Amino acid sequence: MIYAIAVFAPLFGSLIAGLLGPFIGDRAAQAAAIIGMVIAAICGPLALFMLVAFDTAPSGVVSLGTWIDVGRFHVDWALRYDALSATMVGMVSFVAMLIHVYSVGYMGHEHRPKYRFFAYLSLFTFSMLMLVTADNLLQLFFGWEGVGLCSYLLIGYWYDRPSACAAAIKAMIVNRIGDLAFAVGIALVFFKFNSIEFPSIFASIGLHQADTYDLFGTSFPAFEVIGFLLFIGAMGKSAQIGLHVWLPDAMEGPTPVSALIHAATMVTAGVFLMARMSPLMEFAPTALAFVTIIGGTTALFAATIGCTQTDIKRVIAYSTCSQLGYMFVAAGVGAYQVSIFHLITHAFFKALLFLSAGSVIHAMSDEQDMRRMGGIWRKIPITYTVMWAGSLALAGIFPFAGYYSKDAILEAAYAAGGVGYYGWICGVLAAFLTAFYSWRLLIMTFHGAPRADKHVMAHVHESPLVMTGPLMVLAVGALVAGFLLKPDFIGEYWPEYWGLSIFNGPDNHVLHAMEELPGWVGLLPLLVGLAGIAMAYWWYMFQPGIPAAMAARFPAVYRFLLNKWYFDELYNWLFVQPAIKLARGLWQVGDAGIIDGMPNGVASLAADGSRQAVKLQTGSLALYAFVMLIGVVALLTIFLMFG
Amino acid sequence: MGGTMQIGLGHFLTVSAILLVLGVFGIFLNRKNVIVILMSVELILLAVNLNLVAFSGALGDLTGQVFAMFVLTVAAAEAAIGLAIVVIYFRNRGSIQVEDVNLMKG
Repeated sequence: MIYAIAVFAPLFGSLIAGLLGPFIGDRAAQAAAIIGMVIAAICGPLALFMLVAFDTAPSGVVSLGTWIDVGRFHVDWALRYDALSATMVGMVSFVAMLIHVYSVGYMGHEHRPKYRFFAYLSLFTFSMLMLVTADNLLQLFFGWEGVGLCSYLLIGYWYDRPSACAAAIKAMIVNRIGDLAFAVGIALVFFKFNSIEFPSIFASIGLHQADTYDLFGTSFPAFEVIGFLLFIGAMGKSAQIGLHVWLPDAMEGPTPVSALIHAATMVTAGVFLMARMSPLMEFAPTALAFVTIIGGTTALFAATIGCTQTDIKRVIAYSTCSQLGYMFVAAGVGAYQVSIFHLITHAFFKALLFLSAGSVIHAMSDEQDMRRMGGIWRKIPITYTVMWAGSLALAGIFPFAGYYSKDAILEAAYAAGGVGYYGWICGVLAAFLTAFYSWRLLIMTFHGAPRADKHVMAHVHESPLVMTGPLMVLAVGALVAGFLLKPDFIGEYWPEYWGLSIFNGPDNHVLHAMEELPGWVGLLPLLVGLAGIAMAYWWYMFQPGIPAAMAARFPAVYRFLLNKWYFDELYNWLFVQPAIKLARGLWQVGDAGIIDGMPNGVASLAADGSRQAVKLQTGSLALYAFVMLIGVVALLTIFLMFG
Repeated sequence: MGGTMQIGLGHFLTVSAILLVLGVFGIFLNRKNVIVILMSVELILLAVNLNLVAFSGALGDLTGQVFAMFVLTVAAAEAAIGLAIVVIYFRNRGSIQVEDVNLMKG
């Protein structure tokens, strides 16, 4: 019951704010959305503790009714109550609640109706909660599309900015590509298992291990195909390399939206999907290897881009992309527990980083370019402090949250061997870059001589308590989440904690192997992180001429990174321009030529014909009379001759 | 009998035909005046009346003469309406020349 309240309270908040917003006003709508979120944030973690700590509630399924019942295809509305779902619900509801509260302050100067914003935020949270509590693939898909829709609405919240509209459309379209693969994956699951309910899928995994799909005379192992398709769906939602292009552009939305997308909802859905489908993924080793490779590549690739970006939000956006890569590395080597661990810790420090970036932007009169910041750390000490906490956690410095989870991922990758080594190498390199760009961000934003103009600098001010409050709570989370959660999530108690919600194959001992690695493997990420921080200080604090010199020395590399590996340009050339050409052809030939052409032709035929017919009416009475006479004569003739 | 000629049905019909043709030509050869057209219409009706009366006499049937009275009535009404239209038209357009009456020209 508490569980269902946690899921549906945001929906009610959203409905009240969205539908009644125009009548009850912005303040009441905000209050409704926040009350809904507070209820969820109380009930969500409570339901988690009841399940895992006090053992007062058995895991199971909260059934809400039948959704679809057609032939053999049966789908229920149901909330799955197990450790994985409850963990996600607890995190999502709590972090989203903090973001809601923060938004009150951040959107304070907004002149457009705010009820719309809060209705979308709550709906976003609800969609994510539906996604993580789904007991079947279709309900998961419902939440999946729900977060896609809400991200579109929120990225395009400032709908009068063309760039925001373009970013919203881009997010929608790139997500559709992944969603197509996901939908096909669901269909294939039904085709093989005759059901898309998780319990019946997982129960009959053993029966179908040798099954294949035959296509064009070639056989493909069924689980590999499904695993690949589900992962491609996850790539779209979780912005992995290739389908990541929407994520940086999503920064066009208000900053709390970025925090919500990157921390609590949306992008983590892909990682969650891997963990949820672990009973199936465990029997798809090739698909898992693919997951590891994509994850490792993304982790490194996004980190390299993060080093050259100058927009404070974009740097953090690429860091999200990179951290998601880490999570997929962990999922790919079979350490789903570790990937969820990093997901949870990441939610805290990434929400923290985004919200403090928002606080900086707020203080700097909506300036987002780090080249026009600097020298403000004394003026906004709280934001500065919490940003340090977030960066320390992101860089994986002891004892912050990221230290535990990122270390665990790299250890798992190393322990798994094989393709895991690739993920490990990418991860270690990315860990160095992560620390480097985090401190580059910190130093460029807060230190050095002020580079903003005088009016902006005179106006710099610490954010109100409604914004700094959530920041401080999240900072505490970024500090303690690691060592508090580690024993339960991946430490000695993990089998009891996760129970049956995450499945590890009989040959999958990666979580045990992690414990028996040589000491330097565990120490290395911390060392490279410290090295990255040191290098950032050297380059940006003590010898600020170096970055420009390096950029001038290696212009090709610099431009390559600055232009984000030319992904946008490549896609533009490969897909967008041909699509525009095709669309123009269909428009000019198909639509304007044929579809419009036919009725237009008929119309102009009638017009031309009547233009000729109208000439009969000469206006000469004599002619009319003559014609009448001829007519009479003719009729008489006919009558007399043939009558 | 001698030189006297009996005026029979044929003569009436001939006169009537001449009147009809005069009327018709009056309508479509006339390029000048609307009133002439009205007069031509009267001529045609007169030709018809003459036919009716002639046949009535020749066949000994009064129906034709009754019809002639009807036609006269209609002709009177037509003349009244037609002249009224002409007057109004002149007042509005300042002319009753046939070639000026072409507002409906396509």
